Amino acid sequence: MSGRLKSKIAFVTGAGSGIGRSAAIGFAKEGATVIINDLDREGGQETLNDLKKICSSASFYSADVANFSQMENLFEGIIDKHGRIDIGFNNAGVPGITGVLTADYDEEDWHRVVAVNLKGIFLSMKFELKIMLQRKSGVIVNTSSVVGMGGFRGCPAYVATKHGIIGLTRAAAIEYAQSGIRINAVCPGFVRTPLLGLRDDEHESNISRRVPLGRVAEPEEIAEAVMWLCSDEASYVAAHPLLVDGGVLAQI
Amino acid sequence: MVKRLENKVALVTGGSSGIGESTAFAFAREGATVVVSSRSNVKSGTQIARTIEERGGKARFVQADVANSLDVQNLVNETIATYGRLDIGFNNAGTQGPAAVYTADSTESDWDRVIDLNLTGTFLCMKYELKQMLEQGGGTIVNTASISALNGTRGCSSYVASKHAVIGLTKSAALDYASRGIRINAICPGFTKTPLLEAFVDLSDAAAEKRIADRIPLGRIANPDNIADVVVWLCSDAASYITAHALTIDGGFTAQL
Repeated sequence: MSGRLKSKIAFVTGAGSGIGRSAAIGFAKEGATVIINDLDREGGQETLNDLKKICSSASFYSADVANFSQMENLFEGIIDKHGRIDIGFNNAGVPGITGVLTADYDEEDWHRVVAVNLKGIFLSMKFELKIMLQRKSGVIVNTSSVVGMGGFRGCPAYVATKHGIIGLTRAAAIEYAQSGIRINAVCPGFVRTPLLGLRDDEHESNISRRVPLGRVAEPEEIAEAVMWLCSDEASYVAAHPLLVDGGVLAQI
Repeated sequence: MVKRLENKVALVTGGSSGIGESTAFAFAREGATVVVSSRSNVKSGTQIARTIEERGGKARFVQADVANSLDVQNLVNETIATYGRLDIGFNNAGTQGPAAVYTADSTESDWDRVIDLNLTGTFLCMKYELKQMLEQGGGTIVNTASISALNGTRGCSSYVASKHAVIGLTKSAALDYASRGIRINAICPGFTKTPLLEAFVDLSDAAAEKRIADRIPLGRIANPDNIADVVVWLCSDAASYITAHALTIDGGFTAQL
């Protein structure tokens, strides 16, 4: 499969590592021009270097997705250069402090997680939608999580924001479906990314034991799902949180 | 375009029309050998298999009532006898049952028939498909649920109950076999241009179609091909980490209140 996204302009946040990086590379391999964003300049630069081996016209921004004016500047830059966006993969997110239960969860930590994970996706969509509405065409995928559908101990802000992303996705999807814009969410399970923070083989096998498929996902497997949601094969899929979790959530 | 299901053998129940028919053709286009099955529509099912063969693919028709255990065993046995293996089970046979009959007025025999076909039929198909897949060391199954598996709708409680149950069955079986190389998922199609929908809505009446389309965020009723594309993808290696999922294909319909 290649060339599915030929001549598309794709924008990816959180592209400096993990799922975002895999998706950016996947989009490029399918023929898209890829614009990436990540606050992590080093990671973003590495992804950009990988992209430049595949496509000549990749570009890298380092806006804070939770900051309106930085995002406004970023999208003005994209419009100046490319004139449009066909695909938005809003994937930037932070886990926040982990292993801290709700009563002990610091308010400052809460605000930062909500700002990046939820407001960041709101702002990304807001700007993407304005641009996509001009041509009445586009597709957006937001990264939620398996904890967008179920609870998990010790990261209440992360769980709440990932649930919120599904709500935001549904709300926006039904608003813009008639305008030629499809919006979905992807809900990855445990994935070999910096966010999961695998320490060693023992840590990995402890996590894998909780997964019916018996292993953690590779970021490329989530990227496949994202690319598919962006393709015409998913033309009737809208407002859907697509689980890519190896069966984790189906367990009691 | 690389064929994604090359050398795979696929079984499609409810394969003589609608989503099953479109998926049988889509499987064949992706390189799979296809066994088309139907309970009653022998003529159409046979013609679909013949068309696949005429286009250079491999296919045959096997009649089976999925509610009948012996029929299902025979269906799987015939598949193995003819093609030597079974890699993909698309358990799609189903019936709506009588429409616009409220629960208190539903007859027990109508209830039994809907549950037998939609739920027990899916169970029986999986049971015998899984035995073969376990022997081979892998496979993938997709069961047809519905948006009626996610929410209620008036006047067809047996259908809604059976489709909800298909998701439960899918999740349980997926957990049972995840460690043994078998992925099992369900699809939840929304309004789709199929004989099942046409039994209730005269789709040749543009106004009737528009009344439905207006309730769907995407503004149109799905074509069976839209659903078939999803089934093909779920059965392909691109979906290697997806199991026990109920994938909604409804143009946004169930995301609304």
